[in-house]
Amino acid sequence: MHIWRSLLPAAFILASACASTPETATSAADPAKPKPVRVSYTPNPYPSTYKPMPSEDVMIHNATVFDGNGGMIERGSVLVQGGKIVAVGANIPVPAGVKLLDAAGKYVTPGIIDIHSHLGVYPSPGLDAHQDGNEASGPVTAEVWAEHGIWPHDPGFTRAMAGGVTTLEILPGSANLFGGRGVIVKNVPSRTAQGMKFPGAPYTLKMACRENPKRVYGYGKGGLPGGAPFSRMGNVAGYRASWQKATEYKRKWEKYARDFDAYEKKAAAPKKKGEEEKENNPPDAPDRDLELDTLMGVLNGDILVQQHCYRADEMAQIIDLSKEFGYKVSAFHHGVEAYKIADLLAKEGICGALWADWWGFKAEAYDGIRENIPLVHKAGGCAIVHSDDAYGIQRLNQEAAKALADGRKAGIDISKAEAWTWLSRNPAKALGILDKTGTLEPGKGADLVIWSGDPFSVYTRADTVMVDGAVTFDRALATRQPVMDFELGQPGEGDRK
Amino acid sequence: MIRSLLLTAALLAAPAAHAQAVAITGGKVVTNTGAGIIENGTVVINNGRVVSVSTAQPPANAKVIDARGKWVTPGLFAAFSRAGLSEIDAEDSADDVSAPDSKLQISLHAADAFNPDDTAIPVSRIEGVTRLALVGAPGEGIFGGYGALADTSGTFDSLQNREAFMFAQFGDSGAAATGGSRAALWAWLAAAIDDAKSYPRGFGDDRQGDVLSRREAAALKPIVDGKIPLMVEAHRASDLLQIIALQKREPKMKLIILGAAEGWRVANELAAAKIPVIVNPLTNLPDRFEILAATLENAGRLSAAGVQVAIADPGDATHNTRFIQQLAGNAAANGMTWDAAFAAITRVPATIHGRNDLGVLQAGATADVVIWDGDPLELMSSPDAVYINGVETSLVSRQTKLRDRYLNLNETVPQAYERSN
Repeated sequence: MHIWRSLLPAAFILASACASTPETATSAADPAKPKPVRVSYTPNPYPSTYKPMPSEDVMIHNATVFDGNGGMIERGSVLVQGGKIVAVGANIPVPAGVKLLDAAGKYVTPGIIDIHSHLGVYPSPGLDAHQDGNEASGPVTAEVWAEHGIWPHDPGFTRAMAGGVTTLEILPGSANLFGGRGVIVKNVPSRTAQGMKFPGAPYTLKMACRENPKRVYGYGKGGLPGGAPFSRMGNVAGYRASWQKATEYKRKWEKYARDFDAYEKKAAAPKKKGEEEKENNPPDAPDRDLELDTLMGVLNGDILVQQHCYRADEMAQIIDLSKEFGYKVSAFHHGVEAYKIADLLAKEGICGALWADWWGFKAEAYDGIRENIPLVHKAGGCAIVHSDDAYGIQRLNQEAAKALADGRKAGIDISKAEAWTWLSRNPAKALGILDKTGTLEPGKGADLVIWSGDPFSVYTRADTVMVDGAVTFDRALATRQPVMDFELGQPGEGDRK
Repeated sequence: MIRSLLLTAALLAAPAAHAQAVAITGGKVVTNTGAGIIENGTVVINNGRVVSVSTAQPPANAKVIDARGKWVTPGLFAAFSRAGLSEIDAEDSADDVSAPDSKLQISLHAADAFNPDDTAIPVSRIEGVTRLALVGAPGEGIFGGYGALADTSGTFDSLQNREAFMFAQFGDSGAAATGGSRAALWAWLAAAIDDAKSYPRGFGDDRQGDVLSRREAAALKPIVDGKIPLMVEAHRASDLLQIIALQKREPKMKLIILGAAEGWRVANELAAAKIPVIVNPLTNLPDRFEILAATLENAGRLSAAGVQVAIADPGDATHNTRFIQQLAGNAAANGMTWDAAFAAITRVPATIHGRNDLGVLQAGATADVVIWDGDPLELMSSPDAVYINGVETSLVSRQTKLRDRYLNLNETVPQAYERSN
C-alpha cells in the first residue's frame, strides 16, 4: 500500500485505512475535553482483495524468449517460483522440485497489457442495463470510478485471457472532458471487482479531447444552444476551469495541513510560567469534494492522466494545458495523428497508445495511417498497441504484427523483440506498474504467455497464459478455459463448446 | 526504399486492356481451382484476361514480371463492403450508407451512392482487395436496397452490376424494425413477399400493397422471382432455421446468409439447403442474446460441413474492407483449412455474387492478380503489385502520402510547405 502514501498531501495520510470521518480522542491532560484530530480521508476505500491463485514452480525451457525489454533469447528459459520470475536466460540450472516445461518451437513473452479497455463497464452482452462506462450526465465527472461500473463476469475477460492479456486498464468512456477514474486490474476470474484490482497500482484519470464531448453535450443535444462544451474552444475552457478549481482546492488542503501543524505545535509547546493560556483552536477542514479529490491526486502526481486525443495539434495543446497547471500526461490514447508529432511526444516523454490501422470513422480519425506505431517508436517515443475493443483485445499481438510489417516496408527497421515492448513494457510504464510486471525480469510477477509459435504470425495462438505464475488459460486443458457465470447453461458456454 | 514509390506507374485512366501480354513468373501460384497451388508458376495475362497458368516458359513477346519468392493469387473479393459509400462515418454529409428519412428503401441502389474517388478505395486496393460487393444499410425497415459489384481500380467505370443482390436484416434488428418482435418480422415479410408477387396485377387503380408501396413492391419483385439473390443478415440458430424454411417455401428465391454467428449449430441443415453464408470468423463474444453460441471455430465447422463459406466483416465495412485478409488468416488458425479460408475471400464470394470469372487463376478468368511478398493470409504479408482487369494499379493511397510526408520530422520548414509528388 506504500504507493498510496504519496497519493495525497501529508494531511491525508492516515495510519488507519478506514477512517472517513473526523475522529476524536480524549486528551491526557484534560480527560473531559476531546482532543481534536486532523481531518483526513482514506485514499483507497475499495482496496484490492486480489490474491494470486495457486501456482506450480516451473522452468519453461527451449523457448524463444522475448524478454520485454527488446531482447530475444534463443533456446531460452524462464524460471518461475512462488509466482515470481526468478531467472531468465539461456543456461539456467534447474533447481530441485521445479517442473520442466519443454517449449521447443514455442515463444515466451511477457503477458500482454491492454492500456485501454472497457471490458466490464461495457460488457457482453451489451444490454441496455449494462451501459456503465460513460457517466454522461455532465462533461466533468472526475468523481466517478470505472471500478464501480465493472461487471466481473463479462465473458470478454475470458476471451482476452485466451489472447494472452494478463493486465488491463479499464477506463470510463470518452463522452466527458473528465470521464472519471480508471482502474488497473489483473485478468483473473473473480466474484468482485476488488478481487481483480492490481495491488499497489496507481489510479488513473480518463480525459477526452475533442469531438466526443462536444458531440454529446453541444450539438449532440439537437437544439441550439446545446450544452457546454459546444466547440473545441469550450472543451479547453472546461479543462482549464476544472484544473483551476482543483488548484484552489489543493491549496486549501495544504493550508489546512500547515494550520493544523501550527496548532499542534502550539498545543504541544510548554507553557511559560505565569503566562496566561491563549486560546488555541484547530483549523476547520475544507469541505470535501469528490470530483476535486481526483484532480488534486493528479496535481500531486499520484493519479496518472490517460488522455483520449486524436489530432496532433490538439495533443500539442493538451501538453501546454498540462504545463499550465503542473501535471503530466501519461499517455495519449488513440492518437491517430501521433506520427505527425512523434518527436514532440518523445521529447515530453508521453506514450502513444495507438491502434495499428483504424481510421475514418470520424473526422479526427481521417488521417490515420498504418505506420503510426512504428513512427512513434522510430522517433524514440513510447509506443503502445491498445484495443479499446472487446474483439481487438483478443489479438493485440496481431495488431502489433501488422504495424511492424507496415513500418518495415516503409524502411523502419524494428525487431520483433523490440516490437513486443509495445505490448507489455510500454503500457506497464504508462500505468505506473513497470516495477511489478511488463517484462520478464527476476522479482516481477510471472505474468507471461507461452505461444504456439511466432506471436507475430496469424496462425499462432496463446497456449498457456499465467498471471503471477498461476495458469489462467491453457489451450490444451478444457478445465483451464474459464467460463463466466453468464454463459453457464447457454448454447455457447464459452468460445469452444 | 519505399515499395509504393516503385510502383506508381499505374495509369488509372488507362483502358482495361493491355496491348502487350504480361507474364508473372517464378511465383507460388494459388489457382483456387483443381490445379491447386503451382510452385514456380507462370501466369500470363493479356487483354484483361488470364491467358494461361502453367509452369511453361513465358511467351517470347511478353513483359516478364519476376515473382520468385513471392505468392501470386487472384485478387481478394470482399463479399460485403461499404467502401466508397462513406468518406467519414460520423459525418452525415460524407456518409451515404443509409437513408433513414427516405420512404423508399428496397428501391435504393448502393451503386448510385458509390464514389470511386473515395479514399477507402485505394486503401483497400493496396492491400490486395480488387472486388467489392457493395451494399447500403436499412435506414428504415429491414431492407438495405440493391447491392452492386465494383472493382477497386478507382476508375469511373469501376461499377459492374448495379443490381447484383438485395440486402435485408433479420434477427434482433429486423424484429425491431418491423414492430418489435420476430413474430412481427416474419408476418411482415410474408406480406411483403405477397405484395411483390402480386405486382403489378394487384396494384391497379392506384392500390398499394398490404405493407409495400407500389414502387417498393416493384423493386422486390425480381428478388421473389429468384432473378436476383437476397442477402439476409441473421445469427441465431433458430433464425437460420426459419430462413431455411423460407427457402423451402419459396424455392425460386436465391438466399445468401450474412453473419450466421450460430451457424455451426445448424451447419448440416445449411449445407443441405445449399445456402451460402458470409461470416465474420472473429465473432466469438455473446454480445447479444442472438449470438450466445458464437465461436472462433464457426467458419471452420461450417466449411467442414460442406457449407459454402465466404468471409467478411460487416461491422467495419466502410473503411477496413481490407481486414478480410486477417479474418481469413484467423479462420485458418481456428480450424478452417488454408484453402477454404483463402477461397472464402476470393473464389467463394465471386461465386456467390455470380462472377465465376473472378477469384480463380485459370485461362479465361478476368485478370485480377495480386503478387504478395509472402503468404497472403499472414499479418506481415502485403501486395507488391495489384492487377485489376489486367492493368497494374497504383499502390499509393492518401495514407501512404501522409506517411511519406511525415516519415522524417527533422525538416526545417513545415511539412505542408513543400509539395512533393
